[in-house]
Amino acid sequence: MKAALGAVRRSFQPWADPAAKPFITFRGVTKRFGQFVAVDNQTLEIFEREFHALLGPSGCGKTTLLRMLAGFETPSEGDILLEDKPLAGVPPHRRPVNMMFQSYALFPHMSVEANVAFGLKQDKLPKSEIGDRVADVLKLVKMEAFARRKPDQLSGGQRQRVALARAIAKRPKVLLLDEPLGALDKKLREETQFELINLQETLGLTFVIVTHDQEEAMTMADRISVMDHGRIVQVASPAEIYERPKSRYVADFIGSVNIFEAEVDNVTPERIHLATTDGFDVACDADIAAAKGQTVWFAVRPEKVRISHAAPADAGINAVAGEVWDIAYFGDMTLFNVRLDSGRIVRASAMNAARIVEQPITWEDRVWLSWSADAGVVLLD
Amino acid sequence: MMRRFTAFNLVSIVLGFAFLYLPIVLLVIYSFNASRLVTVWGGFSTKWYASLLENEAILDAAWVTLRVGLVSATIATVLGTMGAVALVRRGRFFGRTLFTGMIMAPLVMPEVITGLSLLLLFVAVDFDRGFWTVTIAHISFSMCFVAVVVQSRLVTFDRSLEEAALDLGATPLRAFVQVTLPNIFPAVAAGWMLAFTLSLDDLVIASFTTGPGATTLPMKIYSQVRLGVTPEINAVCTILVALVTLGVLTATIATKARAFSPQAEAR
Ligand SMILES: Nc1ncnc2c1ncn2[C@@H]1O[C@H](COP(=O)(O)OP(=O)(O)OP(=O)(O)O)[C@@H](O)[C@H]1O
Ligand SMILES: [Mg+2]
Repeated sequence: MKAALGAVRRSFQPWADPAAKPFITFRGVTKRFGQFVAVDNQTLEIFEREFHALLGPSGCGKTTLLRMLAGFETPSEGDILLEDKPLAGVPPHRRPVNMMFQSYALFPHMSVEANVAFGLKQDKLPKSEIGDRVADVLKLVKMEAFARRKPDQLSGGQRQRVALARAIAKRPKVLLLDEPLGALDKKLREETQFELINLQETLGLTFVIVTHDQEEAMTMADRISVMDHGRIVQVASPAEIYERPKSRYVADFIGSVNIFEAEVDNVTPERIHLATTDGFDVACDADIAAAKGQTVWFAVRPEKVRISHAAPADAGINAVAGEVWDIAYFGDMTLFNVRLDSGRIVRASAMNAARIVEQPITWEDRVWLSWSADAGVVLLD
Repeated sequence: MMRRFTAFNLVSIVLGFAFLYLPIVLLVIYSFNASRLVTVWGGFSTKWYASLLENEAILDAAWVTLRVGLVSATIATVLGTMGAVALVRRGRFFGRTLFTGMIMAPLVMPEVITGLSLLLLFVAVDFDRGFWTVTIAHISFSMCFVAVVVQSRLVTFDRSLEEAALDLGATPLRAFVQVTLPNIFPAVAAGWMLAFTLSLDDLVIASFTTGPGATTLPMKIYSQVRLGVTPEINAVCTILVALVTLGVLTATIATKARAFSPQAEAR
């Protein structure tokens, strides 16, 4: 399923095109609550039809950013622009932006139908058209059978669908979703993620979604903004965030990673040579400007670390020996925790490609960990 | 599990309630007394209720009271609700705690002081005293009760419902009328009932602020009682007690009932 969507989406990369105009622009936006800085001088561009995820730990300012776009909070400094027009001074009810609230915020005194029709009625559309559009969106979210129910006669998943239907009924230019799937169980969550992607494809809307679930962001988004304490630390596609994190914070926040402190030994046009504090040497593809003697960090993900009994051919570099400390068997793969002589635990995972292995790696074995020159990244921060 | 009544509990409850309600029960009983003498039982009769209907002065007073009650309760409910919304919603403006405290103060202010100060105000601005001065006086104190009742409901009201309405294109006024109001309606209705009941039985403030042609029922009763209690007065009071009880009961039930309970409607 995802592969098919990937093919559709492959060509969608407006952010890579310098001529492309951003759809939503945050320009130097700061939001202070009293002394507390919730969003700190941030600039972000989001493109038309993009599925953009704001990802970060609790309290990092994701909701605040979204609420400023919806008009419920006013930036202390900076501008927010939609299609090049500043939104400052435009009240929430005049913004072509609809939000799906974290708590759903369905009107308890109205039926499902009336909830969905609410926004259309505000636009004073003719009755028959309201009826048609309500029926359409309810069908889209598969809730047509529940049109006359009240919100408290629905399950959590059904309420979430109604909230979604209500938010898309007005066909807003931008749909904001604040942790839309937070209240759902894992299975329903995965189903709904796929439905959301589908919906965004069919309607051609721009989605900005807030989440603190990295898997959710990876599956759904075209690009992810990783946030930390009111700052956006990296904006990139899921693959780039995963493979080329810009800082230890991003590398550690997304997925699992081994990070080693190191000193730059030598820089050649192709390679950066590092000496880690754990006593082994690294040669890494150079895609970063680092000076000799500088302290940097080397990050390599567990699935890119090979584990073997035999020493690799060039054992002096990109390899280190240790003792198997712990093994977690997941069926499709196995995760090894290996204790280096320096005492550090390094994670390496291996696919279980064969059913029977002649000489399986087991507890307390002496093993070699190794990786190729393009497996890891050098981080300056 | 219910705790068993001990003898002591039973006695204190009986004594307490007797002390509270015996006088009222006596009043109700004697309003059905056939005898002209208030303290001598002369058999059952409803003649005092009939003669009440011919007593122009009392009927006039009742009509004034009713008008003052309806008008002042309605205006007080509108103003009190607006005040409550401002206090709860305006966020942290300068002196918010002060204002919240100030809205409570009239609840405990001695009525004599409220009445006197209003009288001074009306005299100072040279306002002809009569129906409207009494009504304004009643609005001014019952508004606070409405504000307190509505405020307590508003603080538990989910703000994001109103934000959702704004987000969907409703103007702030429409969002309030179509989303907030239906959800806090029981509190608003309870506030109205409370204001109406308070206006109905107010004597002190009305006496201070009234003028010619605007004698309210409590004032009429009080002035008649000074000439001696008649069974007719008992009958009026019985009707008043019934009205007030009804008002308080409705207010209580309305506060407890959930706003337009969906279950109730669906079943
Ligand atoms: N109205 C407010 N007044 C004061 N501080 C606020 C207000 N709203 C948010 N904050 C603070 O701003 C910071 C960012 O809040 P925000 O709601 O944007 O976090 P978040 O990233 O959405 O977190 P979560 O994942 O928990 O929802 C928090 O520390 C919060 O305490
Ligand atoms: Mg949030």
